[in-house]
Amino acid sequence: MSIIEVQNLTKYYGKSRGIVDVSFAVEEGEIFGFIGPNGAGKSTTIRLLLSLIRPTSGKASVFGKDVTTHGPEIRREIGYLPSEVFYYEGMRVRDLLNYSASFFPGDHSERIAELSDLMELEMNRRISDLSFGNKKKVGIVQGLLHSPRLLFLDEPTAGLDPLMQRKFFDLIRRENARGVTVFFSSHILGEVQRLSNRIGIIREGRIVEISDMRSLQQNNYKKIKVCASNLDAAAFALPGVTNLQPENGGLQFFFKGDINAVLKQLGSIPVEDVTIEEPTLEEIFMHYYE
Amino acid sequence: MSLNIFLHELRVRRKSVLVWSLSITALVGFFFSIFPSFAEQAELTQELLKKFPPELLAAFGMNHLDMSAITGYFGFLFIFVQLCLAIQAGNYGFGLVSIEENERTADFLLTRPVSRAQVLSSKLLAALVCLTVTNLVVWAVSFISIEAFRGERAYETGVVALLLASIAVFQLLFLAIGLLISVLVKRIRSVTPYSLGLGFGMYTLSAFSGVFGDVKLEYITPFKHFDPAYIIQNRDFNTPFLLADAVIILICVALTYVLYIRRDIHAVS
Repeated sequence: MSIIEVQNLTKYYGKSRGIVDVSFAVEEGEIFGFIGPNGAGKSTTIRLLLSLIRPTSGKASVFGKDVTTHGPEIRREIGYLPSEVFYYEGMRVRDLLNYSASFFPGDHSERIAELSDLMELEMNRRISDLSFGNKKKVGIVQGLLHSPRLLFLDEPTAGLDPLMQRKFFDLIRRENARGVTVFFSSHILGEVQRLSNRIGIIREGRIVEISDMRSLQQNNYKKIKVCASNLDAAAFALPGVTNLQPENGGLQFFFKGDINAVLKQLGSIPVEDVTIEEPTLEEIFMHYYE
Repeated sequence: MSLNIFLHELRVRRKSVLVWSLSITALVGFFFSIFPSFAEQAELTQELLKKFPPELLAAFGMNHLDMSAITGYFGFLFIFVQLCLAIQAGNYGFGLVSIEENERTADFLLTRPVSRAQVLSSKLLAALVCLTVTNLVVWAVSFISIEAFRGERAYETGVVALLLASIAVFQLLFLAIGLLISVLVKRIRSVTPYSLGLGFGMYTLSAFSGVFGDVKLEYITPFKHFDPAYIIQNRDFNTPFLLADAVIILICVALTYVLYIRRDIHAVS
């Protein structure tokens, strides 16, 4: 059974598009990266899964339970870190965390202490006095304090300084190693690349690709640079070649398919230098957005 | 019901209940403190009031009230108490769930493992407790003020109690209407204009319906449903209105549950 299962999920806000016909599944123990530019529908998807909004059509289930009918039950084992964190301004950090903990059975004080220590949280500050980044840290502790089985992270690193980001990622990896499934949305590709096992790419409300990290990078595309004098671009207009463009007296392109075809072509001309590398996620991503 | 939400709500409204209770206490106390001298010159006052245009007197509900008697005087000042209570109850109604969306805490609250119905019930119950506390304060301060300033004058406890008993329904009405409106509109940016608008609007409507006589406007304003002059004269509530109000309250609350459970909580933008 998949931890998250989404089938043909569609959400319109009146006439404006949220997401259209989105389907995917996330398996237990995965870190699933959900990538797309702002407004593509990442938050809409997460909000649907949290039953903050209701689907226009389609189905979504978490832990095998339908999100529209079993919301409270599902949320008992979910942690959620929103992209922008807002809490009751008048409360102190400690009170807010205790209030949040009071919704979940059991004693969470030890875990609160441990997490807030790690995140260097000042427990006696008022929420209203906290900076954006510090609120985010409260959000992280709040999202994890009840040891959820599934974590939703919506643009989690925005507002965190690099040092904190690193701590945060270590924390997420540690949680993941304990078996926690992570659903993680971002438009920053580097962090998705570092963290995720599998990614989904969403564009204008529709899923354009779901693939695991490795096959996306290795099996799909190679980034090839060739340096040679009197290079004829037409020589590389092979099937599978995209984004062919001159660069510093050479050529650069992406290639998908049998690499021997390119090697053969390379062998037939005198070249000065060749590099064949895996494209970064960013480059793959840009490719999807052209 | 969720006890932690209920307690949280009580904590949030603590200050507001205190301020409203103190304000109404000051209002009732002030009015009664001038009652002895007012009543002493009762005849003069009655003479004076006769010179006022009847429309003006009607607007303040003074055409049917004997202002030199304790119940009559209380009925007169009770309208202002009603106005305060209407604004307070409206405040709680309009803000009950909308404040979470406005201050963007809805994401936090509604991702806890509780149902929307539980959230609404807990909040509703907390608001009822707050309104009841205010209600009890009004009861106490009314009788204390009357006893303190009535001197030798007698009054009918039953009639005063009847007026005070109307408070609970009156509060519920404004709470329920405010609540329903708050889930009907997309977003309430600030609660105060709504509750002031509803409170003063209904009050003005009631006042004008007195000015123009029989204009049927009274059917929509709760201030007319619980017109102190009517209650004092008839020693009873206006039963059809009372029943209608009970139905309105139930419908508003029921609709609120339906709408709130289905409501989309939009992302921060």
